[in-house]
Formats: sequence, structure tokens, C-alpha cells
Amino acid sequence: MGEACLSSKGDTVNHEMVRLIEPLIPALRRYARALMRERTAADDLVQDCLERTISRWHQRRPGEDPRAWIFTILHNLAMTRLRRTTQRPIHIGLDDADPASFASEARQEDGLRHRDLVTALAQLPDEQRTVLLLVTVEELSYADAAQVLGVPIGTVMSRLSRARERLAKLMSAEPRASRPSPHLRSVK
Amino acid sequence: MNPLPITEDDLNGFVDGTLTPERRAEVSTYLDAHPHIARRIAVYGEQRDMLRDAFAPVMDEPVPTELDLSRMIAERRLPRQAPRWAIAAAAVLLLSVGAAGGWSLRDMRPPTSEGVQALAREAAASYATYVPDQVRPVEIRASDRDVLAAWTAKRIGRPIGIPDLTAAGYRLMGGRVVPTEHGPAALFMFDDDRGTRLVMLARPMKADPALPMSPHAEGALNGFAWADDGLGYSLIGAVAPDRLHPLADELRRQIRSEA
Repeated sequence: MGEACLSSKGDTVNHEMVRLIEPLIPALRRYARALMRERTAADDLVQDCLERTISRWHQRRPGEDPRAWIFTILHNLAMTRLRRTTQRPIHIGLDDADPASFASEARQEDGLRHRDLVTALAQLPDEQRTVLLLVTVEELSYADAAQVLGVPIGTVMSRLSRARERLAKLMSAEPRASRPSPHLRSVK
Repeated sequence: MNPLPITEDDLNGFVDGTLTPERRAEVSTYLDAHPHIARRIAVYGEQRDMLRDAFAPVMDEPVPTELDLSRMIAERRLPRQAPRWAIAAAAVLLLSVGAAGGWSLRDMRPPTSEGVQALAREAAASYATYVPDQVRPVEIRASDRDVLAAWTAKRIGRPIGIPDLTAAGYRLMGGRVVPTEHGPAALFMFDDDRGTRLVMLARPMKADPALPMSPHAEGALNGFAWADDGLGYSLIGAVAPDRLHPLADELRRQIRSEA
């Protein structure tokens, strides 16, 4: 076991991790942003997720899809953090969420529609919001979404139906003028 | 033959584009005949497009420096400063001696010799501390094997061979320097596909520089300890002795052939 040989073995493992994980970082940031709604909090979450990825990479089953694997880590970290946040009395008010942090490049009218959407999305329970984001925005298969959420596919499907129905209701029923109190963020 | 009834799952699959072309056609026909459901499905499609649009700008943002994976890996390669780390590890060890299940202080006699008994006890203490750790079971991961080898050699005062048990189905997870009653020791951890973890502990043996292999047990833990050329070794795990023994033999064989 020569030093040079050992060193190159470690580098190969790291090289593979970088090759598989680096392209996923923008999508990890997007999912984190959608859940945390604030850029700094979201990027902190992704940083934690990458730290864990580095330390747990050796536990990954050979050939396991890295996307579902790393989204599971990110999702679990986000849920822990959101639960902790909602236990505290200070909530991020809906009006505090900067629409520019979601749609900085978008056209102005789109920006307004996105703001409504993000506001409505925030009123979904976590279990509905997460499944909707994973399936529609991250384009995970139902099976991968089930893995990330740690639930059976049937549960993914029923939550997805409820999420779509509820979001449609929120979007059609609530014009921007009558937005609910910022402190009434729905959590299940 | 009538087509299968259309389900909510089919409607979601229609929105998400997961249906087979045949099923998709059947759902389309159904929606043509049921305009109020078709309106609902159209709204779901708009939702999907708007959600994608709303979060799309994040994908184009430059990735912040803190999220540069290569840089994060490079920074983790630097072992922490030994004194601070050793103090922290000693504190963790003392705390978990009290907390660990499976073995207890009542079973322990005060250290009387620097022999295999003490080594076995120290291996059990390290096992109880680090094996249940889900976050950081090892300080230096297997991918930085050369860093691990250099660090343990420096702290123990001589190189400690890092054996390879992949042929037996165990991967090296990594390792760390741990405190013992007899100075710093090198800990290497292995696991298999079922998550079974094994610990090998190695440290200098001044009193008994060479000893044949002997079994030891602490509750559900089994171990095999031996000494060669002034270094003592123990392999320990929650594994039956008849399965652990050949692994310990293999470790000793590899370490001897390296020396």
C-alpha cells in the first residue's frame, strides 16, 4: 500500500462525488429556497447538506441514484429546521418574503403572479408543499419523491392531489388585497 | 373492452407526463367528455408551469463560494489541531462512558496492567463512543486514507497499517486518534452493507510487546486482541466470535506482511 496509490484512490472517490453532485447544486438551492423562502437560510441549508454529503458519501450504496439520495438529506435537514422555526414565536411574515429573491429576472407582471403563488404555496402544509415542489419543480419521479419523503408512493399521490386542489383554491379565492395575517402561516 | 376507470392518479400522471401514450389518449378522451374536470386539470398544468417559472431564476444564479464542493472537500482534509481535538475527544469519551449501553463501569476493574485486558477495555470504550455516532463516527474519512495514516503515525509515534477488509465485505469508513489510559491510539472503523460496524484499535504495548491472539467479550461485544512488535491491536464488534476471529486473523496477516 504505497502512499501515492492511497492518495490517488481518495482523489478518485472525491472526483466522482464532485462529478455527480456539483451539477445538482443549483437544483438543491432551488428546493431549499422554495422551502426556506429566504436566500441566506436556504444556502445555509444547502451548505449543511453538502457537508453531510461529503461525510456520508461512503455510506451510499454503489449505483444508487445520487439525486434522490442527496435530496433526501436536504429534505430531512429542511424539515428539522422548519419544525424548529415554527416552534419559536417569531415567524417570517409573508410580506417579508422578498419576491425579488424568487423572481429577480422575471418580468414585472410575472413577478406579481409569482408573489401570489409563493404566498399561496406558503399556506400549504409542509407535507403538501414538499411533494408538489419535488414533483413539479424538481421533476422527481413519484418513486424518487416517495424515497425523499420517506413515505409510500400511494401517500405521495394522495398528498399531491390534495396539494394541487388546495393551491388552486387558494389562488382563485384570495386576491392579493385580502391576504391573511402574516403570522398565520399554516403548518399542517 | 371498456377502458379502465380514470383515477385521480391518472389525472396527476396526465399533468406530470408520466402516463403511457395509450393511457394518455384515454385520459384525453375522458377530459373531452368532462369539461369541468378538464378545467381543473388545466389549472393544475398552469400551476406547474408557474411554479417552475417562479423558482427558475435560482438555477441561473452563480453558486456562492460557500457551496463550492471541491473547496469544501479540500478544507476538510486538514485535520484539526491535535490538542483541542484531544481534549474534546477525552470529554466525549468520559461522558459516554456513563451513557453507553451494552457495557458498564461495574464490569470494569481499575487498570492494572498494560496488557491485552486493558487494550480490550479501551477498544470497548472507543467502540461505545464512536460506533453509535451517526454524524461523525470517524474524524478522517476513508477517502483521505493517506491523511489518516500520516496523522495516526505522527500521534502514536510510528506508522500503523490500515488494513483492507473489502474481500470480507467490510469497507473502511475512516478513523481517528483516540485517547486511552496508555496514550493516543489509532482507531479505524469498518462497516458492511448491513451497517454492521467494526472497530480496530491500535496502540503501543510497552509491557507485553508480543502476545498471541486472545478473545475478549464485553456484554454483546466480542473482540480479539493481540500484540506484535510492540504494538497492541484489538478488533471489536457486535459480531459472533466465529465470524470475527477470521477477520482478526486477516488484519494481523496484513499488518505483519506490511511491516
